[in-house]
Amino acid sequence: MSWETVIGLEVHVQLATASKLFSASSTRTGDEPNSNASLIDLAMPGTLPVVNREAIRHAIRFGLAIDAEIGRRSVFERKNYFYPDLPKGYQTTQLAEPIVGAGVVELQLEDGTRKSVRIHHAHLEEDAGKSLHEAFSDDMGRAMTGIDLNRAGTPLIEIVSEPDMSNAEEAVAFARKLHAIVTSLGISDGDMSQGNMRFDVNISVRRPGEPLGTRTETKNLNSFRFMEKAIKLEVERQIDVLEDGGEVVQETRLFNGDTNTARAMRSKEDANDYRYFPCPDLLPVLVSEEEINELRDALPELPDARKARFVEAYALSEYDADLLSADLATAAYFEAAAKQGSDAKLAANWVMGELTARLNADDIGIARSPVSAEHLGELILRIKDGTISSKIAKQVFDACWAGEGSPDQIIQSKGLKQMSDTGELEKIVDDIIANHPAQVEDYRGSDDAKRKKKIGFFVGQAMKATQGKANPQQLNQLLQQKLNG
Amino acid sequence: MHTKTLTELRAGLAAREFSSRELTEHFLRRIRQFDGEINSLITVTEEQALAQADAADATLARGEGGLLTGLPVAHKDIFCTEGVRTSCGSRMLDNFIAPYTATVVEKMAAQGAVMLGKTNMDEFAMGSSNETSFYGPVKNPWDQERVPGGSSGGAAATLAARLAPAATGTDTGGSIRQPAALNGVTGLKPTYGRVSRWGMIAFASSLDQAGPMGLSAADCALMLAAMAGHDDKDSTSLDEPVGDYLSDLNQNLEGLRIGVPEEFFPDTLDGAIADSSRDALRELEKQGAKLVPLSLPSINLSVPAYYVIAPAEASSNLSRFDGVRYGHRCDDPVDLLDLYKRSRSEGFGEEVKRRILVGTYALSAGYYDAYYRRAQQVRRLIRDDFARAFAEVDVIMGPTSPETAFKIGAKVDDPINMYMADVFTIAVNLAGLPALSMPSGFVNGLPVGTQVIGNYFQEGRILNVAHRYQLATDWHQRIPGAFA
Repeated sequence: MSWETVIGLEVHVQLATASKLFSASSTRTGDEPNSNASLIDLAMPGTLPVVNREAIRHAIRFGLAIDAEIGRRSVFERKNYFYPDLPKGYQTTQLAEPIVGAGVVELQLEDGTRKSVRIHHAHLEEDAGKSLHEAFSDDMGRAMTGIDLNRAGTPLIEIVSEPDMSNAEEAVAFARKLHAIVTSLGISDGDMSQGNMRFDVNISVRRPGEPLGTRTETKNLNSFRFMEKAIKLEVERQIDVLEDGGEVVQETRLFNGDTNTARAMRSKEDANDYRYFPCPDLLPVLVSEEEINELRDALPELPDARKARFVEAYALSEYDADLLSADLATAAYFEAAAKQGSDAKLAANWVMGELTARLNADDIGIARSPVSAEHLGELILRIKDGTISSKIAKQVFDACWAGEGSPDQIIQSKGLKQMSDTGELEKIVDDIIANHPAQVEDYRGSDDAKRKKKIGFFVGQAMKATQGKANPQQLNQLLQQKLNG
Repeated sequence: MHTKTLTELRAGLAAREFSSRELTEHFLRRIRQFDGEINSLITVTEEQALAQADAADATLARGEGGLLTGLPVAHKDIFCTEGVRTSCGSRMLDNFIAPYTATVVEKMAAQGAVMLGKTNMDEFAMGSSNETSFYGPVKNPWDQERVPGGSSGGAAATLAARLAPAATGTDTGGSIRQPAALNGVTGLKPTYGRVSRWGMIAFASSLDQAGPMGLSAADCALMLAAMAGHDDKDSTSLDEPVGDYLSDLNQNLEGLRIGVPEEFFPDTLDGAIADSSRDALRELEKQGAKLVPLSLPSINLSVPAYYVIAPAEASSNLSRFDGVRYGHRCDDPVDLLDLYKRSRSEGFGEEVKRRILVGTYALSAGYYDAYYRRAQQVRRLIRDDFARAFAEVDVIMGPTSPETAFKIGAKVDDPINMYMADVFTIAVNLAGLPALSMPSGFVNGLPVGTQVIGNYFQEGRILNVAHRYQLATDWHQRIPGAFA
């Protein structure tokens, strides 16, 4: 008998505000440890939080993008627990009255089907700092742990989905869609390598028609790939346990991406009692109808609208449009390249093909691509106007990637311009025919079908002689003319 | 000079009768002479005080100056003072040199005040007797075998012994008013949100409020004018205009409606204490006020509600004292849990631990609704009681404390009895109202205080009532014999 998987996600998204949720410290990453930690972030006695209104507005923007009810009154609460990277001994978060209520996210799956995932709510909260376990020791050489509070207090929204997903692919599609939404809104940098988005996955399995099984939560997954792997691993594990007659224990699990394994971190019994209560240092956050309308009117183009526009304006397939429109940086790159090269289809193929492959291989975000959208556009122009062939174009792309200049400069300096001069090409063709009498005879003795295959030899010779610069169509025409002649 | 009020000293400085340096040196001398006896100060900042005094003298010489220029003040050791130990009366912060200054201290310094030092207090402001201080109990200048009340007991005793002419306090459940009453001085707890809490070490954030303590209502008005005002750094600070407290002082009391709640004069109340407050009411009646009997039925629930809400907030507020970043850290922790457990066990005293445990319990899963939520409901009932009352009257009065100063050690093993000392003051904090305690007599040679409660932001009105009363009485001018 088959199993059904039920998946719900909790997604932490770091908001792109200049300063922290409750202090004026910078949210910049990569600085010296504790250089962006103020008296408030250090939880000095007597310090008090003041909420960053831009973080509130970002959360509202997200709520509007998923068609959610915006909390006109939301309340920050304290989640109490001890940990060295949590300076106050509590995390300021929202519980009973979050800023964003129920909403919905629409997905397009790879097989073309659509799916809706309901959002239970999204709330604002502050991030914790980081414990640094490496390279610290005291005078006696005993290992010590360092605390870096630069990240402490960075604003997050935690987006909590309903358990509406039934496999890893759907969960990843959902996560990607959230990424597309928050980056399109400009409320998050969405840089996964910096932990800008982190996923907690709740998973349970059951026999079809039965009530929900016991769930586990796999925490802190920081890439789509890890999330997919972790889900598959956990689903498999739960099914194994159940099929062996065991029981799934409600627990929190940690996934290790390097070894593709997971382990139980703590069971429900050891779960903290967080003793939530409304934070008495902060007043309820009130949001007016006017402010909501103002933010709604100023919303940028969202992924779904952009996708529709791509299908319409660039005649792309739904799937291509979905891929290209999801990420704001990718969309912007594609549009710029398409405009410069005045060929959307070609631009789409290059962006989804060669460029994405190279970016993935070198683990580079498209915004930092060594080949700029303008360069790619230029390359496309040169393909279209016959200056270079598609094959040579790959060579130009590689050189451009390596920083050897713009496509035009590379074509020029490397002499990659396609040989379209009929006289020059004709001479080369004549030479080849003269030097390969046996092949010529063989060709001429063949029927049309065989000739089509056999002409390849002469094309190859000509390409070799011209270092690939011969215009393929012209060459073909010329060869046929001479050989058939 | 030490027998003069702050208001009189201000006039003396303006008239060049003495310099700020002379004044400051005089009080520093008195501190050296008497602080060993009453233990009312934790830290004396002599050097800094003299430097501030000299700067104040230069300002005054130019014919300039603010509300408090050149006037010495002692700050409760709950206010952060940059570069100066800020202990909050706890071993936990015995080694804590504050890296910044509280808004209250900064505002008073901006008006030219001279800081003499930091006053003793119950640990983390948790106590009504000043016996929970890590630095030892403060002695009541009226009888050194007795407590000064708390938690601002150090401030009140400092004033009563005339070791400073002005002091700051904080009041979470009566911590300004009760010690003021027990030491024969005047203390005002302003409306919640009137004075910034930035830099004031939190006990119970929704109840804590800083206020002035002095020898008279006029002195408190002068200090409040310097302390009050909106602060961007405190989200709960209110953006209401600051009243003209000094001008309001002299209004006549013709037609003033004084509410007298029956709950403030229960049958069980010490008759002599009740009489002291009744005499005060009669005096105000003579000046044209009208007494209106009323009832605040929910007020009897205020002590239990308070002892849920305040510890609950405290249990969370005090989590930051974990031995990781500042404050007491145990020796040689073997691991993180050991670091937490021993640092906190060693750093906190018994009363603080008791309240952390009570608060943790009240917030824990399964008990939240029964305790914390219910206490918040009681809080609303109390607020509603006062709102109904203030629809009929201008101020509400009664005794500040049901008892005079008790013997040191008499209640240390009886926390519930100790908590009842705040029965008349706590409701005011739960409602967020302003209230003042003024000296209204003596019972067996010990001071008694009467409380004047006002509606929100009516600090000017209650200071006015107390000032008019003090114009007709001299209780506030009495000085304990040994300190005259």
